[in-house]
Amino acid sequence: MSNQISQGPAVPGCKKVDPILVADNVKRQFGGLVAVDVEHVEIPRGMITALIGPNGAGKTTFFNLLTGFDKPNTGTWTFEGKNLAGLSSYRVARLGMIRTFQLTKALNLLTVLENMRLGAQKQPGESLLAALIRPLWTKREKEITAQADDLLKRFKLDAKREDYAASLSGGQRKLLEMARALMSKPKLVMLDEPMAGVNPALTQSLLEHIKDLKKNGTTVLFVEHDMHMVRHISDWVIVMAEGKVVAEGPPAEVMKNPAVIDAYLGAHHDTDLGTMQKKGN
Amino acid sequence: MDWGAIFTLAVKELISPITATYVLCAIGLSVHFGYTGLLNFGQAAFAAVGAYGLAIGILTFHLPLLLAVVFGLVFSALFALVLGIPTLRLRADYLAIVTIAAAEIFRYFMTTIGFAKVTGGSNGLSQFGQEFWDLNPFPDLDYGFGPFTYRNDEIFVMVIAWLAVALCAVLVWLLMRSPWGRVLRGIREDEDAVRSLGKNVFVYKLQALIFGGLFASIGGMIFVLNLSNVQPQSWGTTFTFMIWTVLLLGGAATVLGPIVGSLVFFFVLSITQGVLSGLVAIGALPFLTDPQVGQIRFIFIGLALMLLVIFRPQGIFGNKRELQFNV
Ligand SMILES: Nc1ncnc2c1ncn2[C@@H]1O[C@H](COP(=O)(O)OP(=O)(O)OP(=O)(O)O)[C@@H](O)[C@H]1O
Ligand SMILES: [Mg+2]
Repeated sequence: MSNQISQGPAVPGCKKVDPILVADNVKRQFGGLVAVDVEHVEIPRGMITALIGPNGAGKTTFFNLLTGFDKPNTGTWTFEGKNLAGLSSYRVARLGMIRTFQLTKALNLLTVLENMRLGAQKQPGESLLAALIRPLWTKREKEITAQADDLLKRFKLDAKREDYAASLSGGQRKLLEMARALMSKPKLVMLDEPMAGVNPALTQSLLEHIKDLKKNGTTVLFVEHDMHMVRHISDWVIVMAEGKVVAEGPPAEVMKNPAVIDAYLGAHHDTDLGTMQKKGN
Repeated sequence: MDWGAIFTLAVKELISPITATYVLCAIGLSVHFGYTGLLNFGQAAFAAVGAYGLAIGILTFHLPLLLAVVFGLVFSALFALVLGIPTLRLRADYLAIVTIAAAEIFRYFMTTIGFAKVTGGSNGLSQFGQEFWDLNPFPDLDYGFGPFTYRNDEIFVMVIAWLAVALCAVLVWLLMRSPWGRVLRGIREDEDAVRSLGKNVFVYKLQALIFGGLFASIGGMIFVLNLSNVQPQSWGTTFTFMIWTVLLLGGAATVLGPIVGSLVFFFVLSITQGVLSGLVAIGALPFLTDPQVGQIRFIFIGLALMLLVIFRPQGIFGNKRELQFNV
């Protein structure tokens, strides 16, 4: 099995030709439960990587650890060669690694536009002293607003611009959170179930948008249960089960992998994961 | 009952420097709670720190007035740091507990005999206002008309107090419309989301705590300059809860809320006092004595606060959707 992404065969923990994120021995226990125990994993730069696995596999916990929202028992990881272990979450974000949350975190009593603006970096007006002197930040604010409007249009939220985020539907909040994450032009975006609750018509355009991100050089890592989506847009798939990376590789091959089918379906070995419908969540 | 007198008294209450003090403290609390979501139950301590800072600066360190004001404000900022650094990384309730405790501790420290040389102990401090009164530009005349006649000193402190209110209100208005204010409001909604967008939430919360505390300290200074003395018992938990009432009455996440809340609060407080005393005097309320009237008003305040929180949590001015209680 050969591909352009990994060095050598696609086995769990394999080295990548050009990794953007490299994690080693990341382990997180909750009491007696080992939620995450990743020996080695590399995320390829400029690609769309899917992180899949059954419920409770440790995907969200792994996201939390990598982005500084949770502390591991052991482990180190680097982003573009910079060591991130122990760094607080806001610093991780500033380095260009932005995540979204599985349980959507829209800022309810801010308007949709304010939510978006908050996602931008390098707004001098966010410092207390400069905030008082409008000329110092109005120019940047205009740029930010233009960028926000552009994204809102693409995510079909432009009509909601002035509404409180609290008034959005569940799916719209997912979209808002994703759009907001893109405001800072991240190098790596980590999306935790971006499509959960988004209607199928919109899913298509979102998929296109994620592909656009890749075209513009952004690396995407996303968690998703919808196998159609995984198959459709990802260049690489990493499979977690019980905290460990149990398989990785190009989507078509991973989905045929017996270890993966095993992890997902237990006994129902003859089902092809590619035809499996998303359940629950 | 003399309605004219009751009404006049209420209006005088409305424009008194004491009311301005509450407004300033409530503006500070709106920065804390209304905009940032910080549960500060020790606003009285911030006011007290300002008041004592000013008085001690003048009496013990012989600072000129302006430097004593700065001294009080620095003291207030340090107080915020001491409360904020250990608690602002934790869940919101920790700040609530620590502020309420710190306010009491501070008051006991000021009362204790051990520091009486500096703090005046339970007698408090006085005789620190000379330089302030010397600044009075108003000639020694009576001002106003009829019942609203004030001496030049009273006019002076009233002008200073309401000027301070105007300045602070404008400052908050400017800041809350800025990107800095946006980050604070984001933190009120969900700190983790704001963190994930690359903002140093801890520093913003600390800034908000300091900043809102400074307003209360300025309020405390005006309060004691007006009375010409500092008393430790002025700064009990009652003071803090009156400020909360004022804030919730007006609307926590608004600039006008704290101002209008205080005005309404003190107006109603004064009117009810007048009316109840009047009724007691003519024997219409045989079960009440005059001293009890003062206390029964506070029962009404408690009741009003409860009704407010239940039926109009956004206050008079608040936007129904902008501030519900999500504490
Ligand atoms: N804060 C916590 N305390 C205790 N246990 C936790 C905590 N967070 C996660 N876990 C446990 O860790 C395991 C991994 O959870 P995680 O949320 O990472 O799964 P996931 O792969 O994201 O699942 P899903 O697909 O359902 O979102 C689960 O067994 C969960 O019960
Ligand atoms: Mg999850």
